[in-house]
Amino acid sequence: MNNREFTEEIKERFADKITEVQQQNDMRLTFKLEPEALFECAQVFVKEKQFRFIIASGLHSKQGFEIFYHFSNDTSGHVINLHLVLPYEQPAVDSLTDLMSAAEWIEREIHELLGINFKGHPNLVPLISEGNWPEGTYPYCKDFKS
Amino acid sequence: MSKQKIIPIGPYHPLQEEPEYFKLYCEGEKVMDVEWETGYNHRGIEKLAEEKTFEQVYFLVERICGICSTSHPFALSNCLEEIGNVEIPDRAKYIRSIIGELERIHSHLLWVGLAGHFLGYDTVFMWAWKYREPVLDLFEIISGNRNSYAMFTTGGVRRDIEQSKFAKIRQELSELKKKVDLLTGAVMDDPVIHARTKNVGIMTREDIIDYAAVGPTARASGVQIDVRKDDPYAAYDSLNWNVITAEEGDVFAKAKVRLLEMYESVKIIEQSLDKMEKIPEGEIVTNVWEIPEGIGMGHAEAPRGEVFHFVKTDGTNSPVRHKIRAPSYMNIATFKKSCVGQTISDAAISLAAVDPCYCCTERMATAYDNNTREQILNGDQLIKQSQDKTREIKNKIK
Repeated sequence: MNNREFTEEIKERFADKITEVQQQNDMRLTFKLEPEALFECAQVFVKEKQFRFIIASGLHSKQGFEIFYHFSNDTSGHVINLHLVLPYEQPAVDSLTDLMSAAEWIEREIHELLGINFKGHPNLVPLISEGNWPEGTYPYCKDFKS
Repeated sequence: MSKQKIIPIGPYHPLQEEPEYFKLYCEGEKVMDVEWETGYNHRGIEKLAEEKTFEQVYFLVERICGICSTSHPFALSNCLEEIGNVEIPDRAKYIRSIIGELERIHSHLLWVGLAGHFLGYDTVFMWAWKYREPVLDLFEIISGNRNSYAMFTTGGVRRDIEQSKFAKIRQELSELKKKVDLLTGAVMDDPVIHARTKNVGIMTREDIIDYAAVGPTARASGVQIDVRKDDPYAAYDSLNWNVITAEEGDVFAKAKVRLLEMYESVKIIEQSLDKMEKIPEGEIVTNVWEIPEGIGMGHAEAPRGEVFHFVKTDGTNSPVRHKIRAPSYMNIATFKKSCVGQTISDAAISLAAVDPCYCCTERMATAYDNNTREQILNGDQLIKQSQDKTREIKNKIK
């Protein structure tokens, strides 16, 4: 996979939805994109480019809630991230479960630990707890006090 | 409408000694659906890592898994070295590969033993675990520990493997090959094992891609993915070895892939030792003074598949966010495909076929009457059903 060609293609297809491209090194690329473009972009990665979904990492930062979706190109060895920033208030993004079953668990986990809503997830129940944590308790938020 | 029952497997009466809870929804003998509950073993390690220094995080992540304990430090070191753009000495690369492969051998032997037990072959169980012992002894010789070896650090490894130990390692590997020959022969040629594992718990190529499954689970369904080849790290790209795949996707294919992978691991270790003989002892670490701000995506091929670590740093001595994804996290979800449509007696081996690790993700199994909510089978009884089935087949073949 040629990094420059791939980046140009993705930028062209998603034009103003891609706000930033970072190349960590030859094998690692990160596309920062508008949250509404996530599903469409992930669809291109998974269905068209045959990338494998590795996992998603949610985090709480000064910018808001961030999610990195990690995809692997197992032919070339590249790991490509899709990076979203969501607002503090009522963070929500489209679920990728319609695209692949692999997203089911991790979206439940991020929802449980950070409070991000995944729109269209068929069963957004807690993955780790029994659902008995007090409302509004999100342990992976930076302001969480045990 | 036929009466549906639920067979709960877990959480503290496990198939494989760790807590996880599966509910098998059954109609008669047939499994109609599977549900699971996780979280029994959740330790908040990702959150804990944020309060540790990078040096301490190695010891923390080494304790995620008790079997493949080195796979997490492996992925973490790849990750941090990526952020810091660190090149590690050649000798450290070979040592890392040796540790990774010795671990794969003992983990696969452990699985072969457990699979034998579930099928009612306790002799296989005892053999495989006996043959695993010398591998653990090698770890003790190399690192001082039979498990949790504390070998990894950013920039290299913490201990050298001295040239004086090579002869012993080579001798044990040559003994081991004979034992793996014996096990492989026993599994490949036994008509009863064929009857119990062929066409059981099949995962198609499409299922693997949909669930993004990894490791031997994926390779047994013809999906040729292996981080060691696809995105090489340590010394894997300078050694001559093959990725083992099979097409059938059933339990037998998964067993075959694991058994044959052990030979490849032996090849990797032997070649690494050869190469190390030409490198002076002691050059095992590059000093790393700081980890700059950035993000790193490190992965490593553990015995069960790809371990993935994502770390975001801010230039301080601790991670801002440390996401860990163990292979079982992806592989366990495939039970929805591999178990549905099977009989209850095949469920135990189908669940075990992905070699689920619940230290990493978490486990347990039971059976309920769907209407009365009464328990009808527990994990032990499930294993017994599986063993009884093998006995019946043996008697028929005799």
